[in-house]
Amino acid sequence: MSKMKASSSELDLDRPNIEDYLPSGSIQEPHGKLRLRDLLDISPTLTEAAGAIVDDSFTRCFKSIPSEPWNWNIYLFPLWCVGVLVRYLVLFPLRVIVLTVGWIIFLSCYIPVHLLLKGHDKLRKKLERCLVELICSFFVASWTGVVKYHGPRPSIRPKQVFVANHTSMIDFIILEQMTAFAVIMQKHPGWVGLLQSTILESVGCIWFNRSEAKDREIVARKLREHVEGPDNNPLLIFPEGTCVNNHYTVMFKKGAFELGCTVCPIAIKYNKIFVDAFWNSRKQSFTMHLLQLMTSWAVVCDVWYLEPQNLKPGETPIEFAERVRDIISVRAGLKKVPWDGYLKYSRPSPKHRERKQQSFAESVLRRLEER
Amino acid sequence: MGNASSTLTQYDIEEVQRHCNNLFSQQEIVSLYQRFCQLDRNAKGFISADEFLSVPEFAMNPLSQRLLKMVDGLNFKDFVAFLSAFSAKASLAQKVEVIFKVYDSDCNGKVTFNDMIQVLQDLAGSFMSDQQREEVLGQVLHEAGYTKESVLLLDDFIKVFDHANLKMEVEVPVD
Repeated sequence: MSKMKASSSELDLDRPNIEDYLPSGSIQEPHGKLRLRDLLDISPTLTEAAGAIVDDSFTRCFKSIPSEPWNWNIYLFPLWCVGVLVRYLVLFPLRVIVLTVGWIIFLSCYIPVHLLLKGHDKLRKKLERCLVELICSFFVASWTGVVKYHGPRPSIRPKQVFVANHTSMIDFIILEQMTAFAVIMQKHPGWVGLLQSTILESVGCIWFNRSEAKDREIVARKLREHVEGPDNNPLLIFPEGTCVNNHYTVMFKKGAFELGCTVCPIAIKYNKIFVDAFWNSRKQSFTMHLLQLMTSWAVVCDVWYLEPQNLKPGETPIEFAERVRDIISVRAGLKKVPWDGYLKYSRPSPKHRERKQQSFAESVLRRLEER
Repeated sequence: MGNASSTLTQYDIEEVQRHCNNLFSQQEIVSLYQRFCQLDRNAKGFISADEFLSVPEFAMNPLSQRLLKMVDGLNFKDFVAFLSAFSAKASLAQKVEVIFKVYDSDCNGKVTFNDMIQVLQDLAGSFMSDQQREEVLGQVLHEAGYTKESVLLLDDFIKVFDHANLKMEVEVPVD
């Protein structure tokens, strides 16, 4: 578990009021003369703390809800065993072959195109775009992906960004097979990082580092530059900033919503009967996650391309972000929670505690006056 | 049943139920166990302070540090026993006892003026000056018949909260 630190830069005072979302219980405004009992009565605060220990909406977002274990009996168990054998010994090798063939075709086309067409940028970009879409299709085939796309396909126009809810890195692959997006991603180590720095560079990608505080301004600038360039691929952003378990959405970061362009929401919902596509990055590496997908029956999901939204007059970027989150959550059947996804990596800022302390202090001092 | 295994037997549930004086139903105990295992990431058999603080709603609470001292390192049985004071079936005396224990941070059975000032400090933060805190506490203590030198015991707390309508209940989600 990485070191926790108070994220002062992450949680602005600007955020929609968390107190509106949290269960308020019996916190009524007390009035009347202040007595010893009132001062000693810490029960509302204690109840909130105990309530958080028993159940809290943040941890729920990152729980991989396990599937019910089967009722092992005389005929189901052998059937399940046969299923396992088919998945691991028949499907898995077939899928590995499909993926290998895909990579061979891709690399044998991509490397020549990349090196030989250095001068003819427009043609090279077009071919590279098609090739990236191709390798993503091979990836999707390697999990027997059954993806149903709803809505008009994204068009390549300037001044627009696409936002989607985030469940796993495969979200990107599933969307990329239809349209070659440029994406903004956390730089990963290992083979994923290698792919990021070579192939994804050609579709145009922006890197950030979650742990760098100063990074935000640099990234915001890069985003703006990308969106303004007419030849750049459409930008895909996952404003949640982290993978959530596809039952909830956490708060959207406002970065994507203050670029002054149209925001096109995309909703993704996975069907859990076939496999749980949630990538719990604390529990598995991406390689293990991919292997798990390749040894399941299928990855079934729905992708909805929703109506493009613009900033309404008088709306702040945060309100805009919440409005788009609402549209996506309703379409994909996800519940909204008021937490910042980055709380996975750091502690809440002291501002929330201070707000509670302030209202308590004011209430006590006010009642002291009532004598 | 010290180590967290992934299933509870009927014997385990009944033992935990006895330990918390039947304040939770068996279904609630199973739910609490799932929650316990969820918070206890490496199946150590207890939840560490860091793991409690990873729940943002808990970390934001002004009394989180005091509560941490009471729940840090508890095994499942004691965890349920601690939470049983927040059950709907718990008596007023049990709830007052938890409140007393939060105040009595050195666990010597006595709550002094200083203990109460410190809890007030946690609750009001920097929004009340030291002088204001002492003034407010001094005033209400005086009206209740105590002084700044008084030492309050559990019985005093029970007397103060006599007939109070303490809403201190937590609902255990049962799937």
